[in-house]
Amino acid sequence: MSLSRVLVGVKRVVDYAVKIRVKPDGSGVDKTNVKMSMNPFCEIAVEESVRLKERGLAQEVVAMTIGPSQNMDTIRTALAMGADRGIHVVCDQDLEPLAVSKVFQAVVQKETPQAVILGKQAIDDDCNQTGQMLAGLLDWPQGTFLSKLEVENDALKVTREVDGGLETLNLSIPAVLTCDLRLNEPRYASLPNIMKAKRKPVESIPVADLGVDIKSHLDVLRIEETPKRQGGGKVESVAELVDKLKNEAGVI
Amino acid sequence: MHALVVAEASGGIIDGNSVAAVVAAKRAVGSGSVSMLVCGEGSDVKSAPSGVGKVFVAAGSGMKNPVAETLAPVVLKLQKENSFTHLLAAATTFGKNVMPRVAAKLDSSQVSDIVSVEGSNEYVRPIYAGNALARVKSSDAVQVITVRGTAFGKSEGDTTEFEKVTLTSDEENKLSSWESEQLTDSGERPELTSARVVVSGGRGLKSGDNFRLIEELADTMSGAVGATRAAVDDGYCPNDMQVGQTGKVVAPELYIAVGLSGAVQHLAGMKDSKTIVAINKDPEAPIFTVADYGLVSDLFEAVPELTSALKK
Repeated sequence: MSLSRVLVGVKRVVDYAVKIRVKPDGSGVDKTNVKMSMNPFCEIAVEESVRLKERGLAQEVVAMTIGPSQNMDTIRTALAMGADRGIHVVCDQDLEPLAVSKVFQAVVQKETPQAVILGKQAIDDDCNQTGQMLAGLLDWPQGTFLSKLEVENDALKVTREVDGGLETLNLSIPAVLTCDLRLNEPRYASLPNIMKAKRKPVESIPVADLGVDIKSHLDVLRIEETPKRQGGGKVESVAELVDKLKNEAGVI
Repeated sequence: MHALVVAEASGGIIDGNSVAAVVAAKRAVGSGSVSMLVCGEGSDVKSAPSGVGKVFVAAGSGMKNPVAETLAPVVLKLQKENSFTHLLAAATTFGKNVMPRVAAKLDSSQVSDIVSVEGSNEYVRPIYAGNALARVKSSDAVQVITVRGTAFGKSEGDTTEFEKVTLTSDEENKLSSWESEQLTDSGERPELTSARVVVSGGRGLKSGDNFRLIEELADTMSGAVGATRAAVDDGYCPNDMQVGQTGKVVAPELYIAVGLSGAVQHLAGMKDSKTIVAINKDPEAPIFTVADYGLVSDLFEAVPELTSALKK
Protein backbone atom coordinates (compact mmCIF):
# COMPACT_ATOMS: atom_id res chain seq x y z
CA MET A 1 0.00 0.00 0.00
CA SER A 2 1.02 3.60 -0.14
CA LEU A 3 0.25 6.36 2.31
CA SER A 4 -2.09 8.92 0.82
CA ARG A 5 -0.50 11.85 2.58
CA VAL A 6 2.46 12.45 4.88
CA LEU A 7 2.64 15.58 7.04
CA VAL A 8 6.20 16.52 7.98
CA GLY A 9 7.05 19.13 10.60
CA VAL A 10 9.93 21.56 10.17
CA LYS A 11 11.24 23.89 12.88
CA ARG A 12 13.40 26.95 12.37
CA VAL A 13 16.19 27.03 14.94
CA VAL A 14 19.55 28.68 15.57
CA ASP A 15 21.98 26.91 13.25
CA TYR A 16 23.76 24.00 14.91
CA ALA A 17 27.19 25.53 14.25
CA VAL A 18 26.41 28.86 15.96
CA LYS A 19 27.85 29.44 19.40
CA ILE A 20 24.87 30.90 21.23
CA ARG A 21 24.99 33.99 23.47
CA VAL A 22 22.80 34.34 26.50
CA LYS A 23 21.33 37.81 27.02
CA PRO A 24 22.92 39.50 30.03
CA ASP A 25 19.53 40.17 31.64
CA GLY A 26 18.79 36.44 31.73
CA SER A 27 15.69 36.79 29.57
CA GLY A 28 16.77 34.40 26.84
CA VAL A 29 19.19 33.56 24.07
CA ASP A 30 20.18 36.36 21.70
CA LYS A 31 18.82 35.59 18.24
CA THR A 32 19.49 38.92 16.53
CA ASN A 33 21.70 38.54 13.46
CA VAL A 34 22.20 34.86 14.20
CA LYS A 35 22.16 32.31 11.41
CA MET A 36 18.95 30.28 11.50
CA SER A 37 18.41 26.92 9.79
CA MET A 38 16.06 24.01 9.66
CA ASN A 39 16.45 21.82 12.75
CA PRO A 40 18.76 18.94 11.67
CA PHE A 41 16.33 16.27 12.87
CA CYS A 42 13.57 17.92 10.82
CA GLU A 43 15.81 17.65 7.72
CA ILE A 44 15.93 13.91 8.35
CA ALA A 45 12.13 13.89 8.64
CA VAL A 46 11.75 15.72 5.32
CA GLU A 47 14.24 13.38 3.65
CA GLU A 48 12.39 10.31 4.89
CA SER A 49 9.04 11.68 3.74
CA VAL A 50 10.38 12.52 0.28
CA ARG A 51 11.99 9.08 -0.02
CA LEU A 52 8.65 7.46 0.82
CA LYS A 53 7.14 9.36 -2.07
CA GLU A 54 10.02 8.54 -4.41
CA ARG A 55 9.65 4.84 -3.56
CA GLY A 56 5.92 5.04 -4.31
CA LEU A 57 5.04 4.52 -0.65
CA ALA A 58 3.49 7.95 -0.20
CA GLN A 59 1.48 10.03 -2.62
CA GLU A 60 1.82 13.52 -1.22
CA VAL A 61 4.25 15.17 1.20
CA VAL A 62 3.04 18.29 3.02
CA ALA A 63 5.59 20.28 5.02
CA MET A 64 4.38 22.31 7.97
CA THR A 65 6.04 24.93 10.13
CA ILE A 66 4.89 27.16 12.97
CA GLY A 67 6.48 30.55 13.50
CA PRO A 68 6.92 34.13 12.29
CA SER A 69 7.19 35.25 8.66
CA GLN A 70 10.84 34.16 8.46
CA ASN A 71 9.71 30.55 8.77
CA MET A 72 8.76 30.78 5.10
CA ASP A 73 12.49 30.12 4.43
CA THR A 74 12.22 26.84 6.33
CA ILE A 75 9.16 25.78 4.35
CA ARG A 76 10.92 26.69 1.08
CA THR A 77 13.86 24.51 2.10
CA ALA A 78 11.51 21.57 2.66
CA LEU A 79 9.84 22.21 -0.70
CA ALA A 80 13.24 22.36 -2.39
CA MET A 81 14.09 19.00 -0.84
CA GLY A 82 10.97 17.54 -2.45
CA ALA A 83 7.88 18.26 -0.38
CA ASP A 84 4.84 18.97 -2.58
CA ARG A 85 3.29 21.86 -0.73
CA GLY A 86 3.60 23.80 2.50
CA ILE A 87 1.55 24.96 5.44
CA HIS A 88 2.83 27.92 7.42
CA VAL A 89 1.03 28.44 10.69
CA VAL A 90 1.89 32.05 11.43
CA CYS A 91 2.65 32.64 15.08
CA ASP A 92 4.92 35.26 16.61
CA GLN A 93 5.24 33.81 20.09
CA ASP A 94 7.48 30.90 21.12
CA LEU A 95 5.36 27.84 21.75
CA GLU A 96 5.94 25.00 24.19
CA PRO A 97 5.88 21.48 22.71
CA LEU A 98 2.39 20.96 24.18
CA ALA A 99 1.05 23.94 22.22
CA VAL A 100 2.96 22.85 19.11
CA SER A 101 1.38 19.42 19.29
CA LYS A 102 -2.10 21.00 19.64
CA VAL A 103 -1.48 23.12 16.53
CA PHE A 104 -0.37 19.97 14.69
CA GLN A 105 -3.45 18.14 15.93
CA ALA A 106 -5.67 20.86 14.45
CA VAL A 107 -3.89 20.67 11.09
CA VAL A 108 -3.98 16.86 11.13
CA GLN A 109 -7.75 17.00 11.52
CA LYS A 110 -7.93 19.26 8.44
CA GLU A 111 -5.39 17.42 6.28
CA THR A 112 -6.01 13.83 7.44
CA PRO A 113 -2.49 12.52 6.76
CA GLN A 114 -1.75 8.84 7.32
CA ALA A 115 1.57 9.61 8.93
CA VAL A 116 3.09 12.60 10.67
CA ILE A 117 6.89 12.57 10.55
CA LEU A 118 8.87 14.82 12.89
CA GLY A 119 12.43 15.15 14.17
CA LYS A 120 12.97 13.48 17.53
CA GLN A 121 14.01 16.75 19.11
CA ALA A 122 14.84 20.33 18.30
CA ILE A 123 18.39 21.40 19.01
CA ASP A 124 17.33 24.66 20.66
CA ASP A 125 15.06 23.64 23.54
CA ASP A 126 16.18 19.98 23.46
CA CYS A 127 12.73 18.96 24.76
CA ASN A 128 12.09 15.76 22.76
CA GLN A 129 8.33 15.86 23.34
CA THR A 130 6.26 17.01 20.37
CA GLY A 131 5.84 13.73 18.47
CA GLN A 132 4.93 11.75 21.57
CA MET A 133 2.47 14.45 22.67
CA LEU A 134 0.84 14.63 19.26
CA ALA A 135 0.44 10.84 19.21
CA GLY A 136 -1.17 11.04 22.64
CA LEU A 137 -3.58 13.81 21.64
CA LEU A 138 -4.59 11.94 18.48
CA ASP A 139 -4.64 8.51 20.14
CA TRP A 140 -2.34 7.30 17.39
CA PRO A 141 0.59 4.93 17.79
CA GLN A 142 4.02 6.49 18.09
CA GLY A 143 7.29 5.33 16.60
CA THR A 144 10.01 7.45 18.19
CA PHE A 145 13.78 7.73 17.57
CA LEU A 146 13.58 5.80 14.33
CA SER A 147 16.57 4.42 12.48
CA LYS A 148 14.48 2.46 9.98
CA LEU A 149 10.97 2.75 8.56
CA GLU A 150 9.19 0.17 6.44
CA VAL A 151 5.65 0.27 5.06
CA GLU A 152 4.17 -3.23 5.15
CA ASN A 153 0.66 -3.90 3.89
CA ASP A 154 -1.53 -1.89 6.19
CA ALA A 155 1.02 -1.28 8.94
CA LEU A 156 4.39 0.30 9.63
CA LYS A 157 7.40 -1.61 10.84
CA VAL A 158 9.81 0.69 12.66
CA THR A 159 13.25 0.20 14.17
CA ARG A 160 13.98 2.48 17.12
CA GLU A 161 17.27 3.56 18.65
CA VAL A 162 16.96 2.73 22.35
CA ASP A 163 19.47 2.83 25.20
CA GLY A 164 20.37 -0.84 24.92
CA GLY A 165 20.54 -1.03 21.14
CA LEU A 166 17.65 -1.31 18.71
CA GLU A 167 13.99 -2.24 19.05
CA THR A 168 11.45 -3.14 16.36
CA LEU A 169 7.74 -2.33 16.65
CA ASN A 170 4.70 -2.69 14.43
CA LEU A 171 2.39 0.30 14.28
CA SER A 172 -1.07 0.64 12.86
CA ILE A 173 -1.76 3.46 10.39
CA PRO A 174 -2.15 6.42 10.93
CA ALA A 175 0.89 6.97 13.14
CA VAL A 176 3.27 9.62 14.41
CA LEU A 177 6.96 8.98 13.73
CA THR A 178 10.04 10.78 15.03
CA CYS A 179 13.45 10.50 13.39
CA ASP A 180 16.83 9.77 14.91
CA LEU A 181 20.18 10.48 13.30
CA ARG A 182 20.73 7.19 11.51
CA LEU A 183 17.46 7.09 9.60
CA ASN A 184 18.95 8.67 6.49
CA GLU A 185 21.31 11.35 5.24
CA PRO A 186 19.35 14.40 4.13
CA ARG A 187 20.02 15.64 0.61
CA TYR A 188 21.09 19.12 -0.33
CA ALA A 189 18.55 20.92 -2.46
CA SER A 190 19.80 21.50 -6.00
CA LEU A 191 19.54 24.93 -7.58
CA PRO A 192 16.82 23.86 -10.06
CA ASN A 193 14.84 22.41 -7.17
CA ILE A 194 15.27 25.59 -5.16
CA MET A 195 13.85 27.53 -8.12
CA LYS A 196 11.02 25.05 -8.53
CA ALA A 197 10.19 25.29 -4.83
CA LYS A 198 9.32 28.96 -5.26
CA ARG A 199 6.35 27.96 -7.38
CA LYS A 200 5.00 25.32 -5.02
CA PRO A 201 1.92 26.34 -3.03
CA VAL A 202 2.21 27.41 0.60
CA GLU A 203 -0.87 28.07 2.67
CA SER A 204 -0.51 30.59 5.48
CA ILE A 205 -2.81 30.10 8.45
CA PRO A 206 -2.84 32.60 11.35
CA VAL A 207 -2.54 30.48 14.49
CA ALA A 208 -5.65 32.16 15.94
CA ASP A 209 -7.73 30.70 13.09
CA LEU A 210 -7.06 27.18 14.34
CA GLY A 211 -8.83 27.87 17.63
CA VAL A 212 -6.17 26.10 19.66
CA ASP A 213 -5.16 26.89 23.23
CA ILE A 214 -1.50 27.87 22.97
CA LYS A 215 -0.98 29.50 26.35
CA SER A 216 2.27 28.62 28.07
CA HIS A 217 2.28 26.43 31.14
CA LEU A 218 5.91 27.00 32.00
CA ASP A 219 7.21 30.34 33.15
CA VAL A 220 10.84 30.77 32.15
CA LEU A 221 12.26 32.61 35.14
CA ARG A 222 15.82 32.94 33.96
CA ILE A 223 18.20 31.71 31.27
CA GLU A 224 21.84 31.58 32.26
CA GLU A 225 25.03 30.63 30.58
CA THR A 226 26.35 27.30 31.80
CA PRO A 227 29.43 27.77 34.00
CA LYS A 228 32.53 27.24 31.88
CA ARG A 229 34.69 24.28 32.63
CA GLN A 230 38.30 25.11 33.40
CA GLY A 231 40.36 22.98 31.06
CA GLY A 232 43.40 23.42 28.92
CA GLY A 233 45.91 21.51 31.07
CA LYS A 234 48.51 19.59 29.08
CA VAL A 235 50.82 16.68 29.73
CA GLU A 236 53.87 15.83 27.64
CA SER A 237 53.85 12.06 27.81
CA VAL A 238 51.86 8.98 28.72
CA ALA A 239 54.07 8.55 31.80
CA GLU A 240 53.22 12.05 33.00
CA LEU A 241 49.52 11.42 32.32
CA VAL A 242 49.53 8.24 34.40
CA ASP A 243 51.35 10.02 37.20
CA LYS A 244 48.84 12.91 37.23
CA LEU A 245 45.83 10.60 37.15
CA LYS A 246 47.24 8.62 40.07
CA ASN A 247 48.72 11.31 42.25
CA GLU A 248 46.92 14.54 41.36
CA ALA A 249 43.42 13.57 40.26
CA GLY A 250 43.38 10.31 42.24
CA VAL A 251 41.07 8.63 39.75
CA ILE A 252 43.06 5.49 38.97
CA MET B 1 2.08 16.32 47.21
CA HIS B 2 2.58 12.83 45.92
CA ALA B 3 5.02 11.67 43.29
CA LEU B 4 5.05 8.64 41.05
CA VAL B 5 8.33 7.56 39.48
CA VAL B 6 7.94 5.43 36.38
CA ALA B 7 11.00 3.25 36.81
CA GLU B 8 13.04 0.88 34.70
CA ALA B 9 14.50 -2.27 36.10
CA SER B 10 16.37 -5.32 35.02
CA GLY B 11 16.40 -8.59 36.92
CA GLY B 12 14.40 -7.02 39.74
CA ILE B 13 17.03 -4.29 40.26
CA ILE B 14 15.98 -0.66 39.77
CA ASP B 15 18.17 1.13 37.21
CA GLY B 16 20.51 3.87 38.43
CA ASN B 17 18.85 6.55 36.32
CA SER B 18 15.47 5.67 37.82
CA VAL B 19 17.00 5.84 41.31
CA ALA B 20 18.13 9.38 40.43
CA ALA B 21 14.54 10.16 39.42
CA VAL B 22 13.42 9.03 42.90
CA VAL B 23 16.00 11.38 44.46
CA ALA B 24 14.61 14.23 42.33
CA ALA B 25 11.04 13.27 43.24
CA LYS B 26 11.84 13.42 46.95
CA ARG B 27 13.23 16.92 46.54
CA ALA B 28 10.15 18.06 44.65
CA VAL B 29 7.52 16.73 47.04
CA GLY B 30 9.38 17.38 50.30
CA SER B 31 7.49 15.56 53.04
CA GLY B 32 5.01 14.12 50.53
CA SER B 33 5.02 10.50 49.43
CA VAL B 34 6.97 8.88 46.62
CA SER B 35 5.64 5.81 44.86
CA MET B 36 7.14 3.85 42.03
CA LEU B 37 5.77 1.99 39.03
CA VAL B 38 7.83 -0.85 37.60
CA CYS B 39 7.05 -3.13 34.75
CA GLY B 40 8.63 -5.91 32.79
CA GLU B 41 11.77 -7.15 34.41
CA GLY B 42 11.11 -5.15 37.53
CA SER B 43 8.13 -7.22 38.57
CA ASP B 44 10.10 -9.19 41.16
CA VAL B 45 11.62 -6.06 42.70
CA LYS B 46 12.70 -6.76 46.27
CA SER B 47 14.20 -3.44 47.25
CA ALA B 48 13.55 0.16 46.32
CA PRO B 49 15.43 3.41 46.88
CA SER B 50 14.81 4.69 50.40
CA GLY B 51 11.82 6.99 50.61
CA VAL B 52 9.67 4.91 48.31
CA GLY B 53 6.52 3.92 50.18
CA LYS B 54 4.64 2.01 47.56
CA VAL B 55 5.64 0.05 44.48
CA PHE B 56 3.11 -0.63 41.76
CA VAL B 57 3.99 -3.59 39.58
CA ALA B 58 2.48 -3.65 36.12
CA ALA B 59 2.07 -7.30 35.26
CA GLY B 60 0.72 -8.93 32.15
CA SER B 61 2.02 -9.94 28.77
CA GLY B 62 2.24 -6.47 27.25
CA MET B 63 4.36 -5.33 30.17
CA LYS B 64 7.47 -7.35 29.45
CA ASN B 65 8.51 -4.88 26.77
CA PRO B 66 5.96 -2.14 27.29
CA VAL B 67 5.29 0.25 24.42
CA ALA B 68 4.12 3.78 25.16
CA GLU B 69 0.58 2.99 24.00
CA THR B 70 0.31 0.26 26.65
CA LEU B 71 2.11 2.01 29.48
CA ALA B 72 0.72 5.55 29.23
CA PRO B 73 -2.88 4.46 30.14
CA VAL B 74 -1.51 2.62 33.19
CA VAL B 75 0.32 5.74 34.38
CA LEU B 76 -2.74 7.90 33.74
CA LYS B 77 -5.00 5.55 35.65
CA LEU B 78 -2.61 5.47 38.60
CA GLN B 79 -2.41 9.26 38.58
CA LYS B 80 -6.17 9.56 38.67
CA GLU B 81 -6.69 7.01 41.43
CA ASN B 82 -3.90 8.29 43.65
CA SER B 83 -3.98 12.02 42.85
CA PHE B 84 -0.27 12.15 42.11
CA THR B 85 0.98 15.73 41.70
CA HIS B 86 4.33 14.79 40.15
CA LEU B 87 5.03 12.12 37.54
CA LEU B 88 8.71 11.50 36.94
CA ALA B 89 10.93 9.21 34.91
CA ALA B 90 14.57 9.15 33.95
CA ALA B 91 15.45 10.99 30.73
CA THR B 92 16.37 7.71 29.06
CA THR B 93 14.92 6.56 25.74
CA PHE B 94 12.24 4.82 27.83
CA GLY B 95 11.26 7.93 29.80
CA LYS B 96 11.56 10.24 26.81
CA ASN B 97 9.24 7.95 24.87
CA VAL B 98 6.41 7.46 27.32
CA MET B 99 6.23 10.58 29.50
CA PRO B 100 5.31 13.22 26.89
CA ARG B 101 2.41 11.00 25.80
CA VAL B 102 1.23 10.97 29.42
CA ALA B 103 1.77 14.73 29.76
CA ALA B 104 -0.30 15.54 26.67
CA LYS B 105 -3.20 13.50 28.00
CA LEU B 106 -3.09 15.53 31.22
CA ASP B 107 -2.77 18.83 29.32
CA SER B 108 0.52 19.29 31.14
CA SER B 109 3.73 20.81 29.77
CA GLN B 110 6.50 18.35 30.44
CA VAL B 111 9.76 19.62 31.90
CA SER B 112 12.44 17.57 30.15
CA ASP B 113 15.82 16.46 31.42
CA ILE B 114 15.97 18.46 34.65
CA VAL B 115 19.34 18.88 36.36
CA SER B 116 18.07 20.55 39.52
CA VAL B 117 14.92 20.83 41.63
CA GLU B 118 14.45 24.33 43.06
CA GLY B 119 11.10 23.80 44.74
CA SER B 120 7.87 21.89 44.28
CA ASN B 121 7.33 23.42 40.83
CA GLU B 122 10.66 25.00 39.86
CA TYR B 123 13.35 23.23 37.92
CA VAL B 124 16.56 23.89 36.01
CA ARG B 125 17.11 22.25 32.66
CA PRO B 126 19.79 22.55 29.99
CA ILE B 127 18.98 23.97 26.56
CA TYR B 128 21.07 24.52 23.42
CA ALA B 129 23.21 21.41 23.94
CA GLY B 130 23.86 22.38 27.53
CA ASN B 131 25.27 25.80 26.64
CA ALA B 132 22.55 27.50 28.63
CA LEU B 133 20.45 26.62 31.65
CA ALA B 134 16.79 27.56 31.88
CA ARG B 135 15.07 27.93 35.23
CA VAL B 136 11.38 27.23 34.72
CA LYS B 137 8.29 27.30 36.93
CA SER B 138 5.41 25.00 36.11
CA SER B 139 1.80 26.05 36.58
CA ASP B 140 0.43 22.56 35.92
CA ALA B 141 -1.59 20.76 38.58
CA VAL B 142 0.12 17.52 37.60
CA GLN B 143 3.74 18.04 36.70
CA VAL B 144 5.42 15.65 34.31
CA ILE B 145 9.19 15.59 34.52
CA THR B 146 12.10 13.67 33.09
CA VAL B 147 15.32 13.62 35.07
CA ARG B 148 18.95 13.65 33.97
CA GLY B 149 20.43 10.78 35.93
CA THR B 150 23.94 12.18 36.27
CA ALA B 151 22.68 15.36 37.95
CA PHE B 152 21.19 13.69 41.01
CA GLY B 153 23.20 11.73 43.52
CA LYS B 154 22.54 8.19 44.54
CA SER B 155 19.79 7.31 46.96
CA GLU B 156 20.58 7.17 50.69
CA GLY B 157 20.37 3.42 50.70
CA ASP B 158 17.55 1.06 49.87
CA THR B 159 14.41 -0.03 51.60
CA THR B 160 12.54 -3.29 51.60
CA GLU B 161 9.73 -1.79 53.68
CA PHE B 162 7.34 -0.84 50.95
CA GLU B 163 3.85 -1.83 49.99
CA LYS B 164 3.66 -3.79 46.74
CA VAL B 165 0.57 -3.52 44.55
CA THR B 166 0.24 -5.66 41.44
CA LEU B 167 -1.75 -4.14 38.60
CA THR B 168 -3.35 -5.97 35.77
CA SER B 169 -4.07 -3.84 32.75
CA ASP B 170 -7.55 -4.19 31.32
CA GLU B 171 -6.98 -2.01 28.27
CA GLU B 172 -6.03 -3.63 25.04
CA ASN B 173 -3.50 -1.88 22.82
CA LYS B 174 -4.58 -2.19 19.22
CA LEU B 175 -2.26 0.56 18.01
CA SER B 176 1.15 -1.03 18.29
CA SER B 177 3.00 -4.19 19.12
CA TRP B 178 6.51 -4.98 20.18
CA GLU B 179 8.27 -7.29 17.78
CA SER B 180 11.92 -7.72 18.67
CA GLU B 181 15.06 -6.13 20.01
CA GLN B 182 18.68 -6.27 19.01
CA LEU B 183 20.62 -5.41 22.13
CA THR B 184 24.29 -4.53 22.03
CA ASP B 185 26.48 -7.06 23.78
CA SER B 186 28.97 -5.01 25.76
CA GLY B 187 30.39 -8.11 27.44
CA GLU B 188 31.38 -7.60 31.05
CA ARG B 189 31.62 -3.84 30.72
CA PRO B 190 29.52 -1.60 32.96
CA GLU B 191 26.59 0.39 31.64
CA LEU B 192 27.71 3.66 30.04
CA THR B 193 25.71 6.12 32.12
CA SER B 194 26.68 4.60 35.46
CA ALA B 195 30.30 3.64 34.81
CA ARG B 196 33.06 5.14 36.98
CA VAL B 197 35.36 5.39 33.95
CA VAL B 198 34.35 6.03 30.35
CA VAL B 199 36.72 5.85 27.38
CA SER B 200 35.27 7.33 24.19
CA GLY B 201 36.52 7.22 20.63
CA GLY B 202 35.85 9.39 17.62
CA ARG B 203 36.52 9.40 13.93
CA GLY B 204 40.26 9.53 14.65
CA LEU B 205 40.07 5.77 15.26
CA LYS B 206 39.61 5.42 11.48
CA SER B 207 37.78 2.07 11.65
CA GLY B 208 35.52 -0.12 13.74
CA ASP B 209 38.35 -2.63 14.17
CA ASN B 210 40.50 0.01 15.77
CA PHE B 211 37.87 0.51 18.44
CA ARG B 212 39.42 -2.47 20.20
CA LEU B 213 42.16 -0.03 21.31
CA ILE B 214 39.45 1.91 23.16
CA GLU B 215 37.95 -1.28 24.57
CA GLU B 216 41.30 -2.56 25.81
CA LEU B 217 42.02 0.73 27.54
CA ALA B 218 38.53 0.79 29.09
CA ASP B 219 38.92 -2.80 30.30
CA THR B 220 42.09 -2.02 32.26
CA MET B 221 39.96 0.26 34.45
CA SER B 222 36.69 -1.71 34.28
CA GLY B 223 35.32 1.20 32.31
CA ALA B 224 32.58 1.62 29.72
CA VAL B 225 33.09 2.50 26.07
CA GLY B 226 31.51 5.53 24.44
CA ALA B 227 31.69 7.12 21.01
CA THR B 228 30.98 10.30 19.10
CA ARG B 229 28.14 10.68 16.67
CA ALA B 230 30.64 10.62 13.80
CA ALA B 231 32.02 7.26 14.91
CA VAL B 232 28.51 5.80 15.17
CA ASP B 233 27.44 7.29 11.83
CA ASP B 234 30.48 5.71 10.19
CA GLY B 235 29.51 2.34 11.61
CA TYR B 236 32.50 1.97 13.96
CA CYS B 237 30.18 1.10 16.82
CA PRO B 238 26.47 0.72 17.70
CA ASN B 239 24.08 3.64 18.28
CA ASP B 240 23.70 3.05 22.00
CA MET B 241 27.33 4.04 22.56
CA GLN B 242 26.80 7.61 21.39
CA VAL B 243 27.60 10.26 23.99
CA GLY B 244 26.25 13.75 23.41
CA GLN B 245 23.35 16.17 23.09
CA THR B 246 21.08 13.63 21.48
CA GLY B 247 22.74 10.48 22.77
CA LYS B 248 23.66 9.54 26.31
CA VAL B 249 24.77 11.97 28.97
CA VAL B 250 27.58 10.69 31.19
CA ALA B 251 29.44 12.18 34.14
CA PRO B 252 31.99 9.60 35.28
CA GLU B 253 34.93 10.11 37.62
CA LEU B 254 37.24 9.79 34.63
CA TYR B 255 36.43 10.45 30.98
CA ILE B 256 39.10 9.71 28.39
CA ALA B 257 38.38 11.23 24.98
CA VAL B 258 40.41 9.61 22.22
CA GLY B 259 40.66 10.78 18.63
CA LEU B 260 37.68 13.08 18.87
CA SER B 261 37.70 16.82 18.26
CA GLY B 262 35.11 17.82 20.85
CA ALA B 263 32.14 19.16 18.90
CA VAL B 264 29.68 21.14 21.03
CA GLN B 265 27.16 18.32 20.57
CA HIS B 266 29.61 15.81 22.06
CA LEU B 267 30.70 18.09 24.91
CA ALA B 268 27.03 18.37 25.90
CA GLY B 269 27.11 14.71 26.88
CA MET B 270 30.32 14.58 28.92
CA LYS B 271 31.50 17.95 30.19
CA ASP B 272 30.25 17.29 33.71
CA SER B 273 32.73 14.43 34.10
CA LYS B 274 34.97 14.89 37.13
CA THR B 275 38.29 14.47 35.35
CA ILE B 276 38.65 14.70 31.59
CA VAL B 277 41.62 13.40 29.59
CA ALA B 278 41.98 14.14 25.88
CA ILE B 279 44.29 12.34 23.48
CA ASN B 280 44.41 13.90 20.04
CA LYS B 281 47.16 14.69 17.57
CA ASP B 282 45.61 18.05 16.67
CA PRO B 283 46.68 20.58 19.33
CA GLU B 284 43.89 22.91 18.20
CA ALA B 285 41.09 20.38 18.87
CA PRO B 286 38.36 22.01 21.04
CA ILE B 287 38.33 18.98 23.34
CA PHE B 288 41.58 20.30 24.89
CA THR B 289 39.75 23.40 26.16
CA VAL B 290 37.67 21.26 28.52
CA ALA B 291 40.29 18.60 29.29
CA ASP B 292 42.13 18.60 32.62
CA TYR B 293 44.93 16.62 31.04
CA GLY B 294 45.50 16.96 27.33
CA LEU B 295 48.04 14.81 25.53
CA VAL B 296 48.88 15.94 22.01
CA SER B 297 49.89 12.67 20.46
CA ASP B 298 49.06 10.08 17.85
CA LEU B 299 46.42 7.89 19.48
CA PHE B 300 47.76 4.76 17.79
CA GLU B 301 50.94 5.17 19.84
CA ALA B 302 49.61 6.80 23.00
CA VAL B 303 46.62 4.55 23.66
CA PRO B 304 48.49 1.18 23.60
CA GLU B 305 51.22 2.77 25.73
CA LEU B 306 48.63 4.00 28.24
CA THR B 307 46.93 0.60 28.29
CA SER B 308 50.15 -1.23 29.02
CA ALA B 309 51.19 1.35 31.64
CA LEU B 310 47.86 0.87 33.45
CA LYS B 311 48.17 -2.92 33.33
CA LYS B 312 51.37 -2.76 35.33
